Amino acid sequence: MKQKKIRVLIAKPGLDGHDRGAKVIARFLQENGYEVIYTGLHQSPEQIVNSALQEAVDVIGISVLSGSHNYVFPEVMRLLKERGMDDVVVFGGGTIPEEDIPPILASGVKALFRPGTPLEEVLAFMKEHVG
Amino acid sequence: MHYVEEALKGNQLAGARLIRMLEEGDPEGVEILKRLYPHTGRAFILGLTGPPGAGKSTLVDRIIGEFRSRGKTVGVVAVDPSSPFSGGAILGDRVRMQRHATDPGVFVRSMATRGHLGGLSRATGEAVLVLDAMGYDVVMIETVGVGQDEVEIVDLAHTTAVVCLPGMGDDIQAMKAGILEIGDLFIVNKADRPGAEELVKQLQLMLEMKTTREGDWIPPVLKTVAIKSQGIAEVVDAMLAHREYTESTGALARRVAERELRFFRELVKEMAAERIFAAWNGDERYERMKEEITARRLDPYSAAERLLEGVVCHT
Repeated sequence: MKQKKIRVLIAKPGLDGHDRGAKVIARFLQENGYEVIYTGLHQSPEQIVNSALQEAVDVIGISVLSGSHNYVFPEVMRLLKERGMDDVVVFGGGTIPEEDIPPILASGVKALFRPGTPLEEVLAFMKEHVG
Repeated sequence: MHYVEEALKGNQLAGARLIRMLEEGDPEGVEILKRLYPHTGRAFILGLTGPPGAGKSTLVDRIIGEFRSRGKTVGVVAVDPSSPFSGGAILGDRVRMQRHATDPGVFVRSMATRGHLGGLSRATGEAVLVLDAMGYDVVMIETVGVGQDEVEIVDLAHTTAVVCLPGMGDDIQAMKAGILEIGDLFIVNKADRPGAEELVKQLQLMLEMKTTREGDWIPPVLKTVAIKSQGIAEVVDAMLAHREYTESTGALARRVAERELRFFRELVKEMAAERIFAAWNGDERYERMKEEITARRLDPYSAAERLLEGVVCHT
């Protein structure tokens, strides 16, 4: 049986211009057989979710280094639910303080990869959640 | 089939799910296509090809904007190559079109070639059908044309634009067989760079000299600086002019008819082969036949004839 290709949207929300991490992840995922759509910088949660909808992605990875994580993640989760896209797996990355992590995970984000996370951990996460 | 009904009403989530199902070769695929088909044939299908770095995605972004300002809705299938090593892909065209991401009149779908030689997979054509059926006025297909074998986009599109870059070392590159053949219009992007005027003149000369595909349509050569949104209205005018020309001369109807028949024959071949092999699968005589072929005791021509001997044609 043909193995389904996994499609991933890598998004950079808000005013944050630090996209090296996002690009490293995008590149790494491509090297491991995933199809990666990169949104580019300065995306609103609306743009992110609309793109994910049109691209019918399995996963959304959101990179935030500007401190707006407490707004962006819950807002994206809210929009996904509103659109009937509950089956999309969402993970995040960036500079997110320890104490902000639990509420973000509680909103439905499956994992947050902070600076220093080995890429293998991201791959293991992907394999576990989508294949 | 809930998704089909919803997609026909223009529901983007439903359309997106259908495209994904078709892309993954879902067993319901044929049924989906059969149900969508009567609602297709209305959209203006535009192809855009050219070498990497020519500015195609930026151009598409501006062209979307231009069509939107003229009250048209736009679907885009943006094709990028899959890695032959990892099987993965970076689909990096959408990144240039994100200002349209919240416009309900625009639908962008990035697609990987998934090993399909020639640049376009069956799924690309099927995505175009879905977008057409959903009601988009214009459906654009953007592909990387690294040169001479991008004929597939011509097959799918009503009008094909080839994007060229000035100063690519050799103006002759543009004139090699294939590129000149497939363009209904040529766009010299980044026209503020040195060599732009020369390239335009070279292309115009070559195009005037050759016998074109459709009677007396001489492909225009246009200059754009997409990043500055310059020359876009003229490009869209030229695309619409070509559409009008092919419609009024009947050339469009002929091309579409030829394409439908060609595709139908291709499908018959595929389905026939599938059914024949499925019927013989597991049969001892078939297994022995394969051994004979690999041992070179039986030639493939005789083997094929023998396999087909049992097939009775319906009269």
